[in-house]
Amino acid sequence: MDLEKFRTETRAWLQANCPAEMREPVRSDADYCWGGRRAVFSSPAQQQWLQRMAERGWTVPDWPTAYGGGGLSAAETKVLREEIAALGARQPLKSFGISMLGPALLKYGTEAQKREHLPRIARGEIRWCQGYSEPGAGSDLAALSTRAEDRGDHFLVNGQKVWTSYADKADWIFCLVRTDPKEKHKGISFLLFDMESNGISTRPIQLISGQSPFCETFFDDVKVPKENLVGELNRGWEVAKYLLGHEREMISGFGLGDGQSSIGKAARQAAETAPDERLDDPLLRAQMAVFDVRAAAFRAMTERFIDELKAGRAHPAQPSMMKYYGTELNKIRHTLLMSAGGSDALEWDSTRSGGGAAARAWLRSKANSIEGGTSEIQLNIIAKHILGLPTA
Amino acid sequence: MPLYLDDDQIIMRDSARSFMADQASVAHLRSLRDAADPTGFSTDLWKRFVEMGFSGILIPEADGGMGLGHVEAGIVLEEIGRNLTPSPFLSTGVGVVTALGSATPMLRERWYPAILTGRAIGTLAIDEGTKHHPERIALKAERSGKGFRLSGEKRFVQHGHVADVVIVSARTGGDVDERSGVTLFAVDGNAAGLTATPQRLLDASLASRLTLEGVEVEADAVIGEVDGGWDTLSGILDACRAAAAAELVGVADAAMAITLAYIRERRQFGVPVGSFQALQHRAAHLYSEIEVARAAVLKAQQRLDAKAPGAGRDVLVAKAMAGLAASLAAREGVQMHGGVGMTDDYDIGLYMKRGRVLEELFGDTNRLADRLAQLNGY
Repeated sequence: MDLEKFRTETRAWLQANCPAEMREPVRSDADYCWGGRRAVFSSPAQQQWLQRMAERGWTVPDWPTAYGGGGLSAAETKVLREEIAALGARQPLKSFGISMLGPALLKYGTEAQKREHLPRIARGEIRWCQGYSEPGAGSDLAALSTRAEDRGDHFLVNGQKVWTSYADKADWIFCLVRTDPKEKHKGISFLLFDMESNGISTRPIQLISGQSPFCETFFDDVKVPKENLVGELNRGWEVAKYLLGHEREMISGFGLGDGQSSIGKAARQAAETAPDERLDDPLLRAQMAVFDVRAAAFRAMTERFIDELKAGRAHPAQPSMMKYYGTELNKIRHTLLMSAGGSDALEWDSTRSGGGAAARAWLRSKANSIEGGTSEIQLNIIAKHILGLPTA
Repeated sequence: MPLYLDDDQIIMRDSARSFMADQASVAHLRSLRDAADPTGFSTDLWKRFVEMGFSGILIPEADGGMGLGHVEAGIVLEEIGRNLTPSPFLSTGVGVVTALGSATPMLRERWYPAILTGRAIGTLAIDEGTKHHPERIALKAERSGKGFRLSGEKRFVQHGHVADVVIVSARTGGDVDERSGVTLFAVDGNAAGLTATPQRLLDASLASRLTLEGVEVEADAVIGEVDGGWDTLSGILDACRAAAAAELVGVADAAMAITLAYIRERRQFGVPVGSFQALQHRAAHLYSEIEVARAAVLKAQQRLDAKAPGAGRDVLVAKAMAGLAASLAAREGVQMHGGVGMTDDYDIGLYMKRGRVLEELFGDTNRLADRLAQLNGY
């Protein structure tokens, strides 16, 4: 299909179908739609926007139509992304199913697994969480010890996960388990199971931001049907790594700052309601100016990375670079925004501070360079796999 | 349009890369430098550039050029940067050629064929102070007969002492820092009253101080509008900044490559020093900075080629980011080489020097980031 024709039609459709409310900038986490069995919509417009986009398969525009996707080419997907950005339209659905599990299932799932899970992900019907880290397996993820024993027609899962984002709100989990205690990387398998299964409990962890997006998740004799194994038995590390690449790609998006084009512009606008001397600090202004250079360059890098990825030209380890750069950038962004906010940004629960939004976002951002693999792990991967530096 | 080189561009890059590595390596720079070559570049090599069609990359096909864009010019510049090749390509093939795009047919007919055949090289004379402030023009152009008389000084003019044509920004009205009252002129390199005094810079290139003492030019030497030359000048600077940014990416990339090669080989404590995490993490960080800069540069080139509104902003980002990356590459490169990084025998110091010159050319990172902040409303 002619790309410019597609652009014109897409623009017209978005104009006609994106509710006005969904073109407002995202103010807080509550503005994101996560879907799921217990989906909470912040407004009828949010639900309508998800339904309309899901009907066209545009929550996952480049997935095959057979699995609930839009079946768009890489070039069409890029046009759609550009038109969504031009309109300022919100992402209709935020989902670990879309950003992490989906790509792994497309590559490693059986036909039955794809047909069961992908359309539900695309429509936002099932919300997923990720069972990776454990108390004894952080950066050394492959040291995980949650056991899955073969019990004939099912696996019996026992153990504990930690930092499980939104485990208390999720419907299903994709989970790394040990199926061979004698091996390390080659003793890991990749399982899918329902969080309503017997024997699962979750406990939210209070973070420095005062919020609890992460949980501890406990498995006590959880029965998982055999057909829920993704990939081969004891070959789950390959699936895990592939999925990590997509997780890192997703996390690198923090570096884009929700489409905010300039930190100085944002700080200036924030200051307009309470005129004071915030940006009269020439040193802060200078730091913001250089930050804006890096942030704009990173936006170009993101565009290049996605284009190269879709064309099969990206280095397999490039998500590590994206994750490293994007998260370090986001930490600087929030540090500068705290500086710009001065004592206002210190308020923790006042209405005018949006319940301490700036402070909590600043504190939350500190996790960016830890979650999904620390910056140090990403640098190790770049040094080894991209630069080919020798191992000690 | 995807943000990577297309197949034709990759073919061009590969051919430019092998040509430059073969004919214009760092050894070529060293031999010119050690001979204190008074031209500052090899005219033989420039002839070969011309034969490759490089001088006409940005000249429209209708005027006999290749009619290609800033992406293609950038491909050549990245290889120039990678090999530290002394060349009038940027000042002539990008700067003057872009300026002539806004000139009268008569001027174009005079200079395009000369540039295409290698008979002429040219340059821009913009800066008057030690830092790049293109508005800060004191050089005066007064009406004189049917033309103008130019008086004043310019500095940091690349290849100014051997340029056949010099694009000069002059003040025909307004005050020193104003954007109105700026007029651009194409001045003959051998015009009476024009004196170029070349200075050897730290990277062995030659940049001139130009003195114009009542230089007479015809009315049709004007490029763009009289008093309204600012927009034309901005367009020329966009092209030149994107070009310098591409060259900086080449400098950065090569500085990193020779540094990686060194730390893979150099052994201490019985192992290659490149196996130490302290160096690996810094190398990986440097790689990231260069990749991000490369993306920003390609984005700016594509936007310039698409004549996209606001492309100048992408150019500011590109040059500022490329400056950050190249400066880091040079600093880390010298440090990771250890003692030998301080010696003239090793090439890494040459990359540090060239990077420093390119950083100043057409505005350093601070200046461009400041301009970006202004455009962003703060």
